[in-house]
Amino acid sequence: MTAQDTAPSAPGKLIRGATGNWEIVIGLEVHAQVTSQSKLFSGASTEFGGAPNDHVSLVDAAMPGMLPVINAECVRQAVRTGLGLKAQINLRSVFDRKNYFYPDLPQGYQISQYKSPIVGEGIVAVDLPNGERIDVGIERLHLEQDAGKSTHDQHPTMTQVDLNRSGVALMEIVSKPDLRSADQAKAYVAKLRSILRYLGTCDGDMEKGSLRADVNVSVRRPGEPFGTRCEIKNVNSIRFIGQAVDTEARRQVDILEDGGTIVQETRLFDPDRGETRSMRSKEEAHDYRYFPDPDLLPLEFDQAFVDELKAKLPELPDAKKARLMHDCGLSAYDADVLVAERETADFFEAVAHGRDAKVAANWVLNELAGRLNKEGKDIGASPVSAAQLGTILDLIGEGVISGKIAKDLFEIVWSEGGDPRALVEARGMKQVTDLGAIEKVIDGIVAANPDKVAQAQAKPALIGWFVGQVMKSSGGKANPQAVNDLLKRKLGL
Amino acid sequence: MSVDAATVRRIAHLARIAVAEDEVEHLQGELNAILAFVEQLGEVDVTGVEPMTSVTPMAMKQRDDVVSDGGIRDDVLRNAPATDGQFFLVPKVVE
Repeated sequence: MTAQDTAPSAPGKLIRGATGNWEIVIGLEVHAQVTSQSKLFSGASTEFGGAPNDHVSLVDAAMPGMLPVINAECVRQAVRTGLGLKAQINLRSVFDRKNYFYPDLPQGYQISQYKSPIVGEGIVAVDLPNGERIDVGIERLHLEQDAGKSTHDQHPTMTQVDLNRSGVALMEIVSKPDLRSADQAKAYVAKLRSILRYLGTCDGDMEKGSLRADVNVSVRRPGEPFGTRCEIKNVNSIRFIGQAVDTEARRQVDILEDGGTIVQETRLFDPDRGETRSMRSKEEAHDYRYFPDPDLLPLEFDQAFVDELKAKLPELPDAKKARLMHDCGLSAYDADVLVAERETADFFEAVAHGRDAKVAANWVLNELAGRLNKEGKDIGASPVSAAQLGTILDLIGEGVISGKIAKDLFEIVWSEGGDPRALVEARGMKQVTDLGAIEKVIDGIVAANPDKVAQAQAKPALIGWFVGQVMKSSGGKANPQAVNDLLKRKLGL
Repeated sequence: MSVDAATVRRIAHLARIAVAEDEVEHLQGELNAILAFVEQLGEVDVTGVEPMTSVTPMAMKQRDDVVSDGGIRDDVLRNAPATDGQFFLVPKVVE
């Protein structure tokens, strides 16, 4: 596989060394756990957190004579993902054995796809924090088995092996070396995760290891060919991916500027010490002696199968963003924030349905998001439902409450729950639109403050003080527009 | 194609098979005999012939995505040289 140099150098992304500027080149291998009930080649459960070795069949434990039978849903999930990455779907792919020894790999080989993966080249559009958009090439996506889990610190002399994960389906998604900075790498993984979650093909839970990345990093002088790369294994958070890139690039620049050379090797990122270090034991294992798995026929399906899956794909983040901008008039920034998580987008769309989308976006992105952030809650756990927020917006739209009272109402619904419309009735939060009542309040304030009246007549901007007084004495319930109009008349402005 | 003594040692190590030094020469001879035997296939011209994956044309069998196995920890652990009743135990392997 020859890496093609596809992304041009950008001066802003170079890192400075003692002897001049360097460019970072990054390619990522993301391992995404396929969302499925059972494993890739056995009927054992994929559920997270089972008792040790409870979700293990004799196939997963590699007992002699056991034969793998592929899970049709895992195949569909891989195809859906390929379609979401706008990638070539290969109607014929082949499973190979990747041979290496490790205690958590009872077969002595991983069933993977080597020369003929199920998905070929594709593309992911990535929006960067500065508003720039880059296209990141996908090299391939293939299906493979996960390994078991080793624990080294719970027994004085032995390593414990739990095979619950052994045989769970993974998609390895390999990018082209198109990324040029830690920020780009982070944005790419965030976008990939978003696409997978929209598709429902991977839950993207990085804390549980459902999504993890091997990060390939090299550095070079701008315009020169690729340098020697190092692979940082198993980085399991987006923040760590960024840190690992910067740390490793700096290490390589320091070596090169001291006249040294980079040795191609596998490294481990240690977030506590902020360094990467060599995993020497993995080196000789790189002779994987791949060969086609004789237990499995080639995986074949027809174009109709692909077309059927394609017809049922959900709307993906890029399409949703374009629609929110075009149909709802939202800004690119607001649309980006709303579509990043499918749950947020769904919530917003439920609130905006049949209402002013900009107002809905405002409430979801400011009031709601701010409150959720403060309490560290996900939108899925929001105490205010989309229906409740929608009713609050209706009450504003109908002129029943003011925007200010709406915020108080939001607080009440947040902490106590209930139907917003009923709460407004029960607690007398209705906006006062009765002109006679407002006029009475205004007359009182005008009569009590002759000096202010004179000032306001000289300088009309001071009307704001009167508006404030009226709102205060009405408990914020007076209709601001009516107050303004009446005041102007009373003060002769 | 033939293998030298160093390749024999390396393959043995990759396969985690203990090979004593005085066995290497004998194994080298055996491996080279096997390779020479298989190499006769090279006499056949297979240009343009698709690799055959099965004698009769058949599609790979697939299964539905249902949990139908597992929950048999005792069976899974039964033949292990060392367990604590929950985990397989192996000599400590730490990075």
